[in-house]
Parts: sequence; C-alpha cells; structure tokens
Amino acid sequence: MNIDGTIEFIAALFMLAGSIMALISAIGIIRLPDVFTRSHAGTKSSTLAVLLTLVGAFIYFASNQGFYSVRLLLGIAFVFLTAPVAGHVITRAAYRANVKMADTTVEDELKDVMDQVREEAEKERSETGEVIIEDEKVADKEHSR
Amino acid sequence: MVQGMLTVALTFYGISICISVFRIIIGPSLPDRIVALDMIGVMLVSSIAIVSVMLTTTAFLEVILILAILAFISTIAFSKYIERGVILEYRRDD
Repeated sequence: MNIDGTIEFIAALFMLAGSIMALISAIGIIRLPDVFTRSHAGTKSSTLAVLLTLVGAFIYFASNQGFYSVRLLLGIAFVFLTAPVAGHVITRAAYRANVKMADTTVEDELKDVMDQVREEAEKERSETGEVIIEDEKVADKEHSR
Repeated sequence: MVQGMLTVALTFYGISICISVFRIIIGPSLPDRIVALDMIGVMLVSSIAIVSVMLTTTAFLEVILILAILAFISTIAFSKYIERGVILEYRRDD
C-alpha cells in the first residue's frame, strides 16, 4: 500500500469514527430521560462526530487532490464555536419554560434563586404598585451572580 | 476498502438521523424536538462531507457552511420563541 492509499485509509477511519460517535449520540438522544440530559447527547457528542468527519474530509482532499479547503476549516471552526452556544440557549429556554425534569433528579440549585427573585418582585410590586417585568429581574440576578 | 468504510459511515449517519426524527415525533416537549432538530442539522452537515468525499468533488463544501449557519440560527430563533413567545422584539427602550 503506497503512502497516498494509507492517508486515504486514515481519512476514512476518521469518518468512520465520527459516524460511530453520531450513532452513540443518537442512542443517547433516544434513551436519556429528560431534555436537560438529552441536550448533552445532542450537542457534545454530535459536535465531536461532525469534527471528526470534517477533519477526515479535509485530510482526504488534501492528500487526494492537493486541495486544502478553507471552507472545511471554516466549517470546523463554526460548528465547534456554535454547537455549545446552541445547546446552552436551548437548555436555558427549557428551564425558563418549566420543562419537567426526570424523576431521578437530585438537585436543582437555580430553583431557590428563581423563587427568591419572584418573591422580591411580588413584594416590590405590592409596595410601589408599578408593573415590573420579572424576566428582566431574573436576568439581572443571573448576571450579578 | 475506503469506499466500503464511507458507505458504512453514511449508513450510520442515516440511522442516527432516523432516530432523531423519531425523537422529534414522540418528544414530550418543544425543547426536546429542538435539540433533535439541531442534531439533525449537524449530522446532515457531516453526511454531506462524506457524500462529497465519495463523489470526489469539492462542489458541495459551500453547502456545509451554509447548512451549519442555518441550523445555528434556527436553533437560536426557536429557543428565543420558547423563552419569550416572540422571535423579533420591538421594544425601543433597551
């Protein structure tokens, strides 16, 4: 086997490893109990899957055609940058929308803070009589923590 | 050998996308469905990379970037809709 064939084999191995990661992440997304654990499977391992696959494609095109694709590198950087952000934003929205957690959940530290903020908002509203938007108060509290 | 490995990888991606579609159908809440939708977008990106390697053409590499950007923006818009009930806000006092 010559050197080009070996490099192509390594690239295909990268892609196969990425697809196995994707399969593991799909198993996670169907088996895990609630949305907060499912978002782990949906963002972390599938990010690794797409990273391995795109690296494999980059190696393949670099060895086979001598084409160093800037688009693939940009795609790798973009996916690596945005997938954790997307996962965080979805989980935050799910918590705000009061999605039910799994029965095996042992601790919810944010719940106390949210209750406290809601009580303070109620008190302030009854004192001053003005309308307060609770979401903004919660956001302020989170940022100051 | 290499073609066989690529075919197997593409099959695995197809199975993963089917499982995510199943989660979209049965998902109890809206965030579940959006997590699965985000995952489908990411897996579509990598299966397009595999297809372009199988066909040994670099014409599909633009699709990867655009699909990644679209998946990210749609995820952000959906989660904003869950959180606030609106996608575009028109408040001027921020």
